[in-house]
Amino acid sequence: MSPAKSDNSVPKSRLLEFYEQMLLVREAENRLSKLFADGEVPGFIHLSVGQEAVCVGVTSALKREDTLASNHRGHGHALSKGVELNSFFLEIMGKEEGICGGRGGSMHVADMSVGMLGANGIVGAGIPLAVGSALAHQVRENGAIAAAFFGDGALAEGVLHESFNLAALWKLPILFVCENNGWSEFSPTDRQFGANVRELAGVFGIPSDYVDGDDVLDVHDAASDLVTAIRAGEGPRVLECVTHRVRGHFEGDSQKYRAEDEMNSLSNHDPIAKLESVISKRRIPKKEVAAIREKIDAKINAAVEAGRAGNAPDFDRAQADVYTAVRGV
Amino acid sequence: MPTEILMPALSPTMTEGKLARWMVKEGDTVNSGDVLAEIETDKATMEVEAVDEGKIGKILIEGDTENVAVNTPIAVLLEEGEDASDLDGFSASSAPAAAPETSDDTPAKEEPAPRVSVSETPDAYDASGEIPEGTEMVKMTVREALRDAMAEEMRGDERVFVMGEEVAEYQGAYKVTQGLLDEFGARRVIDTPITEHGFAGVGVGAAFHGLRPIVEFMTFNFAMQAIDQIVNSAAKTRYMSGGQMESPIVFRGPNGAASRVAAQHSQCYASWYSHVPGLIVIAPHTAADAKGLLKAAIRNPNPVIFLENEILYGQSFEVPVLDDFVLPIGKAKIERSGDDVTIVSFGMGMRYALEAAEKLAEEGISAEVIDLRTIRPMDMETVLASVRKTNRCVTVEEGWPQSGVGAEITAQIMHHAFDYLDAPVLRVSGKDVPMPYAANLEKLALPHTDEVVAVAKSVCYRD
Repeated sequence: MSPAKSDNSVPKSRLLEFYEQMLLVREAENRLSKLFADGEVPGFIHLSVGQEAVCVGVTSALKREDTLASNHRGHGHALSKGVELNSFFLEIMGKEEGICGGRGGSMHVADMSVGMLGANGIVGAGIPLAVGSALAHQVRENGAIAAAFFGDGALAEGVLHESFNLAALWKLPILFVCENNGWSEFSPTDRQFGANVRELAGVFGIPSDYVDGDDVLDVHDAASDLVTAIRAGEGPRVLECVTHRVRGHFEGDSQKYRAEDEMNSLSNHDPIAKLESVISKRRIPKKEVAAIREKIDAKINAAVEAGRAGNAPDFDRAQADVYTAVRGV
Repeated sequence: MPTEILMPALSPTMTEGKLARWMVKEGDTVNSGDVLAEIETDKATMEVEAVDEGKIGKILIEGDTENVAVNTPIAVLLEEGEDASDLDGFSASSAPAAAPETSDDTPAKEEPAPRVSVSETPDAYDASGEIPEGTEMVKMTVREALRDAMAEEMRGDERVFVMGEEVAEYQGAYKVTQGLLDEFGARRVIDTPITEHGFAGVGVGAAFHGLRPIVEFMTFNFAMQAIDQIVNSAAKTRYMSGGQMESPIVFRGPNGAASRVAAQHSQCYASWYSHVPGLIVIAPHTAADAKGLLKAAIRNPNPVIFLENEILYGQSFEVPVLDDFVLPIGKAKIERSGDDVTIVSFGMGMRYALEAAEKLAEEGISAEVIDLRTIRPMDMETVLASVRKTNRCVTVEEGWPQSGVGAEITAQIMHHAFDYLDAPVLRVSGKDVPMPYAANLEKLALPHTDEVVAVAKSVCYRD
């Protein structure tokens, strides 16, 4: 684990920036949870409530031209990489004006303009795509790097092992981020994987780091150090962020398989509360924090209204996007 | 309540026909499946079978009546316990008139909307212009043609690169990438570990950024390890992302049976991948098609499955000497013209089809042989135009019969050329078993020329 830098060394503006981004992810997901319960959002919604420090801490160490491949629990990855909030809600509410025209939904939010290669509905499937993205950066010598986000639930997937191997063999510029929330769907990780991600990385000679994934400052510092090494051409790195999943595997999961003690202790790990206590110790006026909260609420209200006002997608237009039209095809 | 028996349609486009004759009379008891009547169009005669059991209460339209609109009641069937008194209101005069001009308000006008965009008067694709007259031709193996296609495209576009197992140092397990490492170097001819799922995904990820990977599978049997990335990532991403992302990637390698390599190494994937919207599937037979279509595939912005064949790699064909020979994707080629029966195939199946056509000619049967070349999108225009001419069709493929390429062709012909058929469309395919190892069993499991001959003769009603 990287030695945590003194909280006092972090500029106030940075603290509030992290706070605003984490709050955006949290409140967007809280609203999705409500929309799902009210029947306005269908299908599978996997929330990352409690894990906001990971996406915000890592993406704040990335540049806009860097790329990111995500997984099914990817709202935070998308929003913190810069996917526009209204088009995000429009997408999840299944509207033509959504970032993917209403064809992707929660598990397929993608936005190439901000380097978001896509959430993914198949566990582990985004990882080799990020490796391929890293290969493209290496070939083009453009200085960009790729990041792959996956949960501990992907550790037993063969394609993760294949991707570690390829990235290590070819010294690709990629940061593998394991969000270890302790639960693989409905089972604890120790019933899913016989090693841990850092040991696995070590087998392939990939240096790794390990942080408290509920502390955005620690995540940011660790990610920044690894990204510096990756940009210097040193090859892939693995960052394990130990975090906590507050909601179920998907919305509607009552989580009866988790112990009461564990559920009761979750609030002790809340990354937003942790940052709030740092902010409080720095004597940042409460009204500044309140103003951020109001701003986020207003943005989300506006995004939900935009989502409701969006148009139902047109099937012919959707069909036209199956192939890129070429003469002769 | 008595049931009306309606004038049936022989095909989705039929609006009227002749009620030729009744096979039953009023008062007859009929069971489900009994033949009630015969109807005719200018193309065919069809028997009308009873759907329900009952007694023929009344015949509304007599036999030998022309221009009976589809869906016009032609008789009334009485159910058990009903008698003639239940027939009030059912009479010929109360039925919609048979003449087409008065049938505007009958359901007869409600033709089912076509569900696929195949034109009703299709034009066959004319492949004769693909190679300009007088072009110098050179004999070349399929293997060399594929290699040349890749080399030419790599020279012309630095985004193109090859990756796969043993493609670089070893020059390809089947030597298709021979010489590429020397010319283009290790950055563009990349040896991968044996890790199909991984490198297929890496290829797709690189393609998202506009690189043009050619991913070689040592054989397509091993691509099953990678099928998640091929289907879920390569094929679907453009659509799922609302058109903002593309996967310009070619997955290529030998497909189908080779020789005596048994069940896990002998399988045709044409129908598997052709099932998937978002993929293009190409399976050439000749060296010229292999070259022209691989070049087209590499340039295409969509993901392409390019199915080669180990046995064909070493076979030589004439290839045009042209600076840039690129063929259109999605166009079939009439390899041999004929009038009596259409034989449709692709890839290795073309060998059996062409040999069969030769044998059929000796017996006075003129077979038209169509090489699909592209399985998806499938050039049904060319197939339908041929079937409308020959009125008979046989499909040939090495893959299994159920849900195979032949099954798709058959369904399309049923939909668009039913009236033209003089015989059922029949399929020649690999047998419905995993490929056996023993020589005699393998031979029996694969389609062969004599089988194509026999099936073609049977649809011509010749023994």
